[in-house]
Order: sequence, then C-alpha cells, then structure tokens
Amino acid sequence: MKFTVNGEERAVEVAPLKRLLDVLREDLGLTGTKEGCGEGECGACSVLVDGELVDSCLVPICQVEGAQVLTVEGIAPSGQLTPLQRAFVERGGAQCGICTPGMVVAAHCFLASGQPSTNEAVREAIAGNLCRCTGYTKIVEAIQEAAGGAGSAGEKAGRGFGCVYVDGDGDGDGNVARSRGT
Amino acid sequence: MIPVTSARSLQEAFDVLARRTPGLRVLAGGTDLMVAVNARIGLERIGHVLDIWRVPELRGVTWHDGTLRIGALTTYTDLMRSELIRERLPALGMVSREVGAWAIQNRGTIGGNVCNASPAGDTLPLLLAAEARFVLGGPRGERAVAADQFFLAYRKTALGADELLLRIEVPVSGRLVYRKVGTRKAQSVSRVILAACRGPAGVRIGAGCVAPIPLRCRHAEAAAGSGGDARAALERDITPIDDVRATALYRSRVAGNVLVRLLEAL
Repeated sequence: MKFTVNGEERAVEVAPLKRLLDVLREDLGLTGTKEGCGEGECGACSVLVDGELVDSCLVPICQVEGAQVLTVEGIAPSGQLTPLQRAFVERGGAQCGICTPGMVVAAHCFLASGQPSTNEAVREAIAGNLCRCTGYTKIVEAIQEAAGGAGSAGEKAGRGFGCVYVDGDGDGDGNVARSRGT
Repeated sequence: MIPVTSARSLQEAFDVLARRTPGLRVLAGGTDLMVAVNARIGLERIGHVLDIWRVPELRGVTWHDGTLRIGALTTYTDLMRSELIRERLPALGMVSREVGAWAIQNRGTIGGNVCNASPAGDTLPLLLAAEARFVLGGPRGERAVAADQFFLAYRKTALGADELLLRIEVPVSGRLVYRKVGTRKAQSVSRVILAACRGPAGVRIGAGCVAPIPLRCRHAEAAAGSGGDARAALERDITPIDDVRATALYRSRVAGNVLVRLLEAL
C-alpha cells in the first residue's frame, strides 16, 4: 500500500482494514494523531486525506492507496510553529493537549479554505472536535486570530492541500446560517 | 484477517457479488462499518468485505427529465456542494449539514445511509416524503424499488444478497421541508426527524426514530389532505419507544409538534 504522508512517499504491508490511525501511529511512528473514541465522534484522530478532513479511526488503509495524507506533524515540519499554532499557545487554546492535534488539523483545513472566520463558521468547522478542558472559547479566538481577526478569511491553500469548506446555505455570504428548510 | 476486495469498477464489484460469499459486507465511506469493526462487533460474521469507495459509476449527481439521480457514493459534502441539489432539492443539502460533523460529512454516503437502514437515518424521511426510488443492481441486472417498499423491518431492506444500491432517483415535484431534533447541534443522532413534501398527489410525510423503520405516515397524510387533525392522525402511524436518547412520550409529543410546523411551512 503506497501513499504520501506529509509530502513523503511511504509504503506499508498491513491488513486492508487496518485503520489509517493505527498505520500512522504504529507503522509510521507518527504519534501526533490521537485516538479518543474509535467511533468518529471526538475528532482527536482528525487528519487530511487529499485535502479533506476525515476521522482516521474510520478510514481503512485499503482506501488510502495513492492518496496524500496530512497529519499534525506535517503542519510545521521544520518545527517552526505556524501563526495558527502560535495563536493556540499564546491564547490558551491548549490545556491537556489531547484534542489539540485534531483541532489544529481541522482549523488548518478551515483556514486554508478561505472562509471568513465568523464565530459561527469557526464553531461549525470544529464541531467534530471535542475538547474537555478549554470550553472552546480560546480555541475559537486562536483560530480567528490566525485568520487575521474575527470574520477575516484565512491563509489560502495551505501547502498545496486544497481544503474545501462548504458555504452551507449557498448564498456566498460566508455565514453558515443553519436553516432547516422550514 | 478479514479479506477485502477493493473494486475499481462496477463490473468488478458485480463479479464479487456473483460469488455470493456468506457474510459479505459492502464498505463505502466506513462511517458505519468501521465503527462496528472498531468495536469488534460481529466480526466473526463478516466473511468478506467489498470495498466500493473507488467505483466511479456510483458517484455523481445528475438531472434527467424532472428527476434527480444521485449516485450511491455521493457523500454528505457532495450533496452540500452540488449546484443541482441546491437548485432542485435544497433540503437534502441542508440535512447533510446536520449529519455528524465535517469529517463525517466528507466520508459518509447517502447510499450508506439508505443501506444501513437505521430508523434514525437522517436522509431517509426526506427520501420517503419525496417518493424516491432506489435503483439496485448486480450480476442479475437492475431494478428499482420505491423508498416506501425498501425498508422491511428493523435494519432489514429489500436489497438482495448479490445487489448493490446504484443510485437514488428523486422525482422533484413540490417543496420538501424537514426538521431534525437531535441531542445537540452536531455529532448528534436524531431523537425525532420528520419530512414533508407537497407533491401533485398531495402531502407526503416521512418520519424517523418513531418506529423500527423509517416510514411514511399514511394516516397523517390523509388527515393533512382532507383538512383533518394531522397531529392526532400521526399517533396511529408511529410506535415510538424509550431508548438512550429519548422516551416514547417525548418522541410522540415532539413528532406531533414538528409535524404541525412542517405542514404550516408547506
């Protein structure tokens, strides 16, 4: 099974249903990605596959053949923190840190999509990433700071991974106003 | 180790289906099957996994003669991005935003939602109210099954052992509205979900979480069509239970409240 992780081509020989999460952690030694629930509810295992945010605990490795994977380790490969990561540190967006890798990957993807970082949009972007420590406020503020201020659009196309975030109601105003069709 | 075939074409998938291997499971985005695999539930009953994630014939949303054709592998994100869905059946894109969260929406498929056949499946009441058809296919050919004939019993469908869901066809006629009531805004299995559509033949109502299957509410439809008390009639359609998410009384009360609002909105 050949695929690219953080820009580097890798090959593994494992059972086809082995989770991408376990391949990353055990076969490739990339332990930044965490397991929180094993059922796609907490987002601690979030990574990008071909630019799309996924829960790696639900992705079988047989479906990753030929794909480009980005993990938290790939966001700052040289060790120099990105503005997003610095904002997390400076604003108190991380306490115990267990949600942080997944949070940073989700936030990175949101920022790369160029969507305006309104409070609602940021919260919807990280809705699949649970945090038991911070109460989310500092995380949202960190993401907005990295975007250039609340409501600003973030850095486009992070490192060649074309993240796509959806303007859900399609009116282009960047507000992901949740309408239920009634 | 469970054997897996990752099909690269529909024909390859059909060849696997033709073998009728006992315990064959179909794998699409993995948001249902991988949860079971991770929890080690029923692994001994899985004989073979047919991975259809890369079968191109199962993707795509097209418009043909007044009918939306939605490939079984269309993800919730695809539904949200689709211009066609936004123009013709926006409710389907909106409900997709209420399924799980972003990472689930990128991988979960409408075909998986249908074939998993949970009574809480979020697209199902909408497809029922819209009178969708499910096009099934396999080595023996293709056939269409109406949505209200597809869900037979709890998590049991009309899909044959050697069949795949290929696509969903929705004749777009009237306005489709819905309301999902979950435990929170995201990452929430529904407690009650209803959809209503005013088509040329009258009002159609689909409901989830109020019976062992997602179902059409025929008594409520008749009452709505004749100006009667639809909320009272709904009580004859539904058989809600107590479970971890809600009580039968809650479901009954809330389903009635939601129905009244949906009918006002139509």
